[in-house]
Amino acid sequence: MRFAPTAINMKIISAIIFPLLCLFICAFTLPQQSGLKASKDRGKIVYDTYCLACHMQDGGGAPRMNPPLIKTKFVLGDKKKLIGIVMNGLSGVEVEGEDYSNVMAPHNFLTDQQIADVLTYVRNSFGNKASAVTVAEVKAARPKK
Amino acid sequence: MSIFRQSFYCLMACLLTLSACAGDTTKVATNGPVPDPDNGGIKLPAGFGGQIVADKVGRVRHIFVNSNGDLYAKLEKLKDGKGIVRLRDKNGDGKFDETVGFGNFIGTGMAIKNGYLYASSNTEVFRYKLNEKNEVPDGAQPEKIITGLWDHHQHEAKPFTLDNDGNIYVTIGAPSNCCQVQDRVKGSPGQSPCPILDSAGGVWQFKVDKPNQSYAEGVRYATGLRNVMGLDWNTAVNSLYVTQHGRDQLFQFYPEMYSQKEGAENPSEEMFKVKLGSDCGWPYCYYDYTKKQKVLNPEYGGDRTKAGDCGSKEQSIVQFPGHLAPNDLLFYTGDMFPEKYKNGAFIAFHGSWNRAPEPQAGYFVVFVPFGKDGMPSGNWEVFADGFAGADINKATYRPCGLAQGTDGSLYISDDNQGRIWRITYKK
Repeated sequence: MRFAPTAINMKIISAIIFPLLCLFICAFTLPQQSGLKASKDRGKIVYDTYCLACHMQDGGGAPRMNPPLIKTKFVLGDKKKLIGIVMNGLSGVEVEGEDYSNVMAPHNFLTDQQIADVLTYVRNSFGNKASAVTVAEVKAARPKK
Repeated sequence: MSIFRQSFYCLMACLLTLSACAGDTTKVATNGPVPDPDNGGIKLPAGFGGQIVADKVGRVRHIFVNSNGDLYAKLEKLKDGKGIVRLRDKNGDGKFDETVGFGNFIGTGMAIKNGYLYASSNTEVFRYKLNEKNEVPDGAQPEKIITGLWDHHQHEAKPFTLDNDGNIYVTIGAPSNCCQVQDRVKGSPGQSPCPILDSAGGVWQFKVDKPNQSYAEGVRYATGLRNVMGLDWNTAVNSLYVTQHGRDQLFQFYPEMYSQKEGAENPSEEMFKVKLGSDCGWPYCYYDYTKKQKVLNPEYGGDRTKAGDCGSKEQSIVQFPGHLAPNDLLFYTGDMFPEKYKNGAFIAFHGSWNRAPEPQAGYFVVFVPFGKDGMPSGNWEVFADGFAGADINKATYRPCGLAQGTDGSLYISDDNQGRIWRITYKK
């Protein structure tokens, strides 16, 4: 019976383990989550300024003109390709079996941070759920001078 | 009409139909077409009735009614491999109950004249000879009368109309917003002269009966028109009238000059009466809906006041708020509607996109009264409305084509769900 935990022992263990466990979890997840949220918030401002006019408030786009950003493979798929669309623009594209005829201008004047933020926003709004786009990923995709 | 009277008429119509059917169950609709109790879900002026005569036809763009009552619809997307649909009402109840598809090309334009059916793809115009039964025969091969027109995936549709002298007028929309060096790039300057105007941004005239015509054989009839979707030959004054889709993104490119709301209302969608050689001003000029005058576009040094030589351009005869997208134009020559509609213009507005975050608008059919001189005699008014449904930003139906029935009724097509309405008037 020497090893049977007493009430006191239990108290000590929980007093030490739980805070440590909390710290451990928080240390790894909180910055990531708040980072995503901050990036999304900044991204929304970029979206409202440069994207909303064509892709609409709800990401629904405009039939046959501007493609939707809701759960399409363009938005949820290859991030490098997606970054490229923002930088280089796009026109006459087929999305989910529908043709969209309007011209999207290159948005290479946006900073790496702005592109990362706006794509993180798009990939985590309108019903989308996908990983964030980082500044490093944008930097890597930008053509070398 | 009061609701009570409306209900009464409706009840009487039902009773009549019932009694007609009671005697002989094989007979149907002996009373002819009757409007739907809810006018097919759209709002119309008093005295007019709406009936849904076809549904889910496909992406119906422009439509035309033949002298035998058959309706031909041009599809923007192939349906069952066909790009043209012939609809026929076999039992006289107004609703089309027979559908026949033919033609393997997508497109917008559709018309019938002097025994031929004309239909356009996004680069060509074809015609089919009607047979002795006044229809396109099974398996008929069309004659290609126009070919090689620009299709750069922007404003690529090729609507057309015909005059009474063997000419066809085809729209070639500019694949551009405002002829900037870099299309739709904020800050990119406008090209001057705009090189697009040699091959697009206007209406070209061709002969109806010459095969394989292209730019070399055509005449640039009118220029300075960004994208004309509605055009009709007004036989009352023997002239061509067009409706232009104006430029986009004034607020997005020049927020220092336009408020968000002004960007939604500008520039005006315009209707022009054009003659040979008319220059309507695009891309240099636009009509400012707020200031009520034609001024220079900001890409060409405009500041909302400077008019440059915009005063010397063809001036529009009707101006509408921005971005409503006038997709078809029809001068009414029938006898069914009241006198004020005679020789006036119906315009189908497809509805906007470049008004966000302001609410979208359009999605209705407008009427403009015209005098004997071929000029508007009053303000434009909404004739048929309610196509968009509950949420204007997610329009259910989008008016795209207009046609006049043999009895003077008006047909309206929708290219979103493929619905067609027939509008009638009862004295």
